[in-house]
This record gives sequence, structure tokens and C-alpha cells, in this order.
Amino acid sequence: MARAAVLGRLTWQVGKVAAVRQETGTARTITIDLPGWPGHAAGQHVDVRLTAEDGYSAQRSYSIASAPGRDRLELTVQRLEDGEVSPYLTDVLRPGYPLELRGPIGGWFVWDTDASGPVLLVAGGSGVVPLMSMIRARAEAGRRTPFRLVYSVRSPEAVLYAAELAERGRAGDGLEVSYVYTRSAPPGAQVRVGRLNPAVLAAPGWTREAAPAVFICGPTGFVEAAASLLVKAGHDAGVIKTERFGPSGGQA
Amino acid sequence: MGNVSPGFRGRPRSGREKLPPGQYLVTDFPVLSAGPTPRVKTGSWELRITTETGEVHTWDWAAFQALPAEEFQVDLHCVTKWSKLRTTWRGVSLDTLLGQAQTSAEYALARSYGGYTTNLPLADLLDGQAWVAFEYDGRPLTAEHGGPARLLVPHLYLWKSAKWVQGIDLKTKDEPGFWESLGYHNYGDPWREQRYWGD
Repeated sequence: MARAAVLGRLTWQVGKVAAVRQETGTARTITIDLPGWPGHAAGQHVDVRLTAEDGYSAQRSYSIASAPGRDRLELTVQRLEDGEVSPYLTDVLRPGYPLELRGPIGGWFVWDTDASGPVLLVAGGSGVVPLMSMIRARAEAGRRTPFRLVYSVRSPEAVLYAAELAERGRAGDGLEVSYVYTRSAPPGAQVRVGRLNPAVLAAPGWTREAAPAVFICGPTGFVEAAASLLVKAGHDAGVIKTERFGPSGGQA
Repeated sequence: MGNVSPGFRGRPRSGREKLPPGQYLVTDFPVLSAGPTPRVKTGSWELRITTETGEVHTWDWAAFQALPAEEFQVDLHCVTKWSKLRTTWRGVSLDTLLGQAQTSAEYALARSYGGYTTNLPLADLLDGQAWVAFEYDGRPLTAEHGGPARLLVPHLYLWKSAKWVQGIDLKTKDEPGFWESLGYHNYGDPWREQRYWGD
């Protein structure tokens, strides 16, 4: 299904906003009904196009947050200061509004639910969105593939999907979630505040010997740092897939 | 325009620069690559052009630096929607690099350190349209942006401008590169908005 979706011609479709859900103070998940949507591969994104009354339009790319499925998808959008499209999606868009998009896009930064090897996911901020699609795809497919999410985030308030990740982590089916807090940690937590470091990445069972497939998504500086740490720790550069967004790169 | 987004105004229109469809202007320089950034030292760097008959032309860093270089200013258009205007580079024209090659090939495949590839018609590399660039904004090109040297073909989407370029193979048959095999357009003209297959 996902493969066919990648290969098809990408035409613009108008969906309808079914629901919006606030994730944090500045991020929101948008559920879109889109009859005929073929589904996607976990990790892919869509292009969203907004059109003003005078015909002016603006496009940006957003990662799909939901597990693959037909006729409906979810995007999680982080509002960017000075953004042109994201503030509309986080602050203006309401249930019932039309939303034009096309996709799914990207055949590289994707995880196939049939792949059996362990998977290390490394997220910086809203870079968690396509990785969440992988986590949800794994759960929906009933897989117990070893998964580890290392999620670097400014503060506990900025964590996307906090409750869902806690619940999925408790399920005991092979998903581990570790947080790195760069500005402030939860009160009482036994964690140091600081940047992503080699010790966090090299948790037992997740060193280069385990040879996990690696997906890193986040701002450029974060992705560069995380990829360098993993290459230095001996992971094969060929198994590390990255997706980056610059300050104005538009992604998520 | 059939699909108006209720309440969407967008950025002010007055005095806007002319951009390809669907693009927006940035002033910073975003980075997009599919994997870890290769760290290539100039001491072991080599550029290799191989024709369809197997004829090979190579330059090490010193020989490459000895070639006539030019400074040029171009606009960049990334398929992820950002455009950056009037960027200043220094590099060697592909006309210079390909000048010695005896070829009747019509296609080229650029290969990079790290394994990336991208394909384009050979004609798009000629006539002052393409460079192997090694300076950006007066400074040596950083690894994140493709240093020590990258291909620059600014009239096509930026994924055609292979970072960390290592070689160019001239071919009689077109062969899709990395993104071209993964859903992105084979040619990639931003003014015709050729982002994906079928565009």
C-alpha cells in the first residue's frame, strides 16, 4: 500500500478538518478527513497549500503523525515565530474548514512495519512527529520490533504526545522512551539538564553491536550533532537516515 | 482559485520578489541531506569525470584549485519550498572541467562522497549553467553545505546540486539518482514546479 502510494502521481486534494487537538502551548494536531487518501508509509510527509482570497498561495511540508491508514490522516504542526503557514494551522484553522494537501511524499525516511531489526529513533523538538508515526505504525501492526525513542526537548511542557508515549512505554512490548531535557527537567526527576550526549545514545542493547536502523529528525544543528555522535560511536553512516529542518526550513 | 482557506491572508504582497511557483523567500541557509554529513579532507579529495567510453579525468585538490575559477551570484530553489536569492559562490565552471572530455553522451550522473547520486541531462551542465563550487560568501564551503566542494546547478531544484561531489559519470542512457528513484522529479525545473513524479 505504502509503496504504491509513493509511486503514484501526487495530485492536490481538498480534505476537511475533522478535529483539532492542542498538544502543547504552541503545537496542535489536526485530523483531516480525505476520502480517497491511499495511506502512507510511516515517516512520510505531505505538502499543505493555503490560498488567500486574492489567489495568493503558500505551501509548506508537514510530517504525518498518524499511523498509516486510508481516508484520514493527522498532522502535528509546531507554530513558528514569523511563520506564514504554521500560525494559520495552529491558531486559525477549525473543524469543518477545508485543507488542501498532496502526498504522501518521500520514499527514504520511512520505516517498513515488516522490517524486523531494532530501530533507534532520535528526535529533536517537533522532529518527533514522523517518528511518532513509526511508533504508532508498529503498535497498530502488532509488532514487537525493539524500538527506542530518544527525545530531546527543551522542557517537559514542550513534549508532544507525552501521555501517549508514557502509556506505550509502559506496555512492555519492546518500546523504550528516554528524554533529554535541554533547558529544564520535570521537578523531582533524576535527570540532568543538558544536550544529547554519547551516554544517552549508548544505552544497554542499543550500541553499534545491536546495529539498529537509525532515524534522526529535528532542527539542523540537532541532527548534525546526533548523527556525528552516532557515527563516532561506531554506527554505520549508511544505516542513519536523517530529516532536517532549518529555522525557516518549513518542516513541522 | 477554487480552494480558498478561510481566514488566510499570507505575507504582504507588495514589492515581492519573483519566485518560482510554491516557493517562499528565506534569508538564512537551511540544510537538507538524507544522512550524516560526510567529512571529506582536501588532502584525500579527488574529483573524477568518467566518459561513456571509460575515459577518466581526475583532479586532486591542488590541481582543482589551479583551474580558472570564477565568482558568480545565483538564486537557489529547494524542493522543500525555500528560495534564497543572490547567493555568492566561487567555483570552477563545468565547461572547464568537461572541456577535455571526448564524449557524445547526453546524460550525466553526479556521485558524492557518502553515496548520494543525482542525474541530469549533460546539456544542463554546460554553457555557463553549472559549477563545482568551493567557496560560499567568500569563505571555504562548510561540510554541512557540501564542502569541500559541491556541484551547483542553480536553474534546477537544489537536490540536483550534489553536495560533497566526487565524480560525474557521462552516460548514453539516463539513470535516475537517489531522490529521482524515491518519488522526486527526474528533471526538477523550479519554474515549472517539477517537484515530484508526474509534475
